[in-house]
Amino acid sequence: MMNYSSRPPEEPAVHAQDLTVVRGPRTVLRGLDFTVPRGQITGLLGPSGCGKSTLMRAVVGTQAKVTGTLDVLGSPAGHPTLRTRIGYVTQAPSVYDDLTVRQNLDYFAAILDPGRAAADRRHENVTRAIADVDLTTHADALAGNLSGGQRSRVSLAVALLGAPELLVLDEPTVGLDPVLRRDLWQLFHTLATERGATLLISSHVMDEAERCHRLLLMRAGGILADDTPDALRTRTGSDTVEAAFLHLVDEAIAAGRTKETTR
Amino acid sequence: MSTTTPAPARALNASRTTATAARVLRQLRHDPRTIALMVLIPCVMLFLLRYVFDGSARTFDNIGASLLGIFPLITMFLVTSIATLRERTSGTLERLLAMPLGKGDLIAGYALAFGTLAIVQSALATGLAVWFLGLDVTGSPWLLLLIALLDALLGTALGLFVSAFAASEFQAVQFMPAVIFPQLLLCGLFTPRENMHPALEAISDVLPMSYAVDGMNEVLKHTDMTAAFIRDTAIVAGCALLVLTLGAATLRRRTQ
Ligand SMILES: Nc1ncnc2c1ncn2[C@@H]1O[C@H](COP(=O)(O)OP(=O)(O)OP(=O)(O)O)[C@@H](O)[C@H]1O
Ligand SMILES: [Mg+2]
Repeated sequence: MMNYSSRPPEEPAVHAQDLTVVRGPRTVLRGLDFTVPRGQITGLLGPSGCGKSTLMRAVVGTQAKVTGTLDVLGSPAGHPTLRTRIGYVTQAPSVYDDLTVRQNLDYFAAILDPGRAAADRRHENVTRAIADVDLTTHADALAGNLSGGQRSRVSLAVALLGAPELLVLDEPTVGLDPVLRRDLWQLFHTLATERGATLLISSHVMDEAERCHRLLLMRAGGILADDTPDALRTRTGSDTVEAAFLHLVDEAIAAGRTKETTR
Repeated sequence: MSTTTPAPARALNASRTTATAARVLRQLRHDPRTIALMVLIPCVMLFLLRYVFDGSARTFDNIGASLLGIFPLITMFLVTSIATLRERTSGTLERLLAMPLGKGDLIAGYALAFGTLAIVQSALATGLAVWFLGLDVTGSPWLLLLIALLDALLGTALGLFVSAFAASEFQAVQFMPAVIFPQLLLCGLFTPRENMHPALEAISDVLPMSYAVDGMNEVLKHTDMTAAFIRDTAIVAGCALLVLTLGAATLRRRTQ
């Protein structure tokens, strides 16, 4: 079991109050309240379609029809000043298939840190980001010719450019082998502990939940639990986060039933 | 709602615009066949046309000059609408708009990249027509090139605008008959606009391609810049700018 030093209480990286999102005819997120602490890894877990990606899009400010309060790094979500401070990886890799890995990163780096004066710094950042995701040997390959896992790593590398304060990663380790997943999680921990970055990472894989400092468990557009992995296991008397999650889901379903019968 | 803040209107950022243009050109460089098709097809068509009208040089002059204005518009329309649609569907647009990239920077970057390509295309086609196929222009070939470039920008602008309404590549391609063909029929290529039914003439008066073709014909017939030529180029340029602005308005940072 892992232990993490507790940080002094400070303003959270993300603070949501009564956060509601409507997509098409559906209310996808219903009145969420949660906080994401700074300098830690917060895992966002829940079944497919529960609204993880929608929540992340709201945080980075690309989701329309968001109501309620959502403050990110001290500003309302979507504020123009946040655009350089947040790194975002969409669930589907978003890179240019007809550019090489390096050309992709060069372009996004030029958007984040423009101007000729910054050229050396950009080159360093790009080289480091490529190394971080272990693609140095493929730097000159076209992104379209890479494997699925390699392409998603290019997408991840783009988010690592420019050392953002908040990283929002939508299932960054899907389809990767165990060795690579371990290496990436090590990188995430380095980013949090050494650079003080805040990470919000969604995942389907419950064993990854054990590596987070905090967990947000979601189900059907609501938050089921907001706690540390340890506390979750203790509270539910389970051995693993997976068992804890299933326990909480059963509890929620049972609670829903009693509500219906008493109505 | 407490979560939206209107983005402040910003002037273009030159570095981000040129970086975007360079990126678009770099993408095309990995696709040499597209470049070859874009550059060669107008030349081949002009060549064909020259010998189709082998017996009537005057007809070739008229149609050839008009086509020099129409080719850049059509190719840039197609290439831009597909390229921006791909940007939307691949998620790179969402990513870019979550970054500090102004919408104007993106649009101007595309216009710059495809404008450059249009210069190459038009220079080759104009050069071929004037020096090898004997297209008889009274005015300066540079003015032909100027209109061709403005047409290319107009095509880029229309392509950007239309891609916002296309959900797939299939739809995007179908916008070409919808947007381009009516203009092609009414622009005066087949018959002078004055000879059309008054209703059609009135419609052709508000379609930008008509002015592109009128401008080409002014250069064909007059040695120096006429007032009509200046009016035609101003209208084409104004339309391009207007549609580019509309195109920028279709880019939304927040989407469903
Ligand atoms: N573009 C859209 N328009 C309308 N509804 C949408 C749209 N995208 C997603 N939804 C709906 O919103 C809900 C939440 O979707 P979301 O993508 O946030 O789920 P998720 O938790 O990320 O799922 P997964 O783990 O499969 O990625 C789903 O019920 C989905 O049907
Ligand atoms: Mg998702």
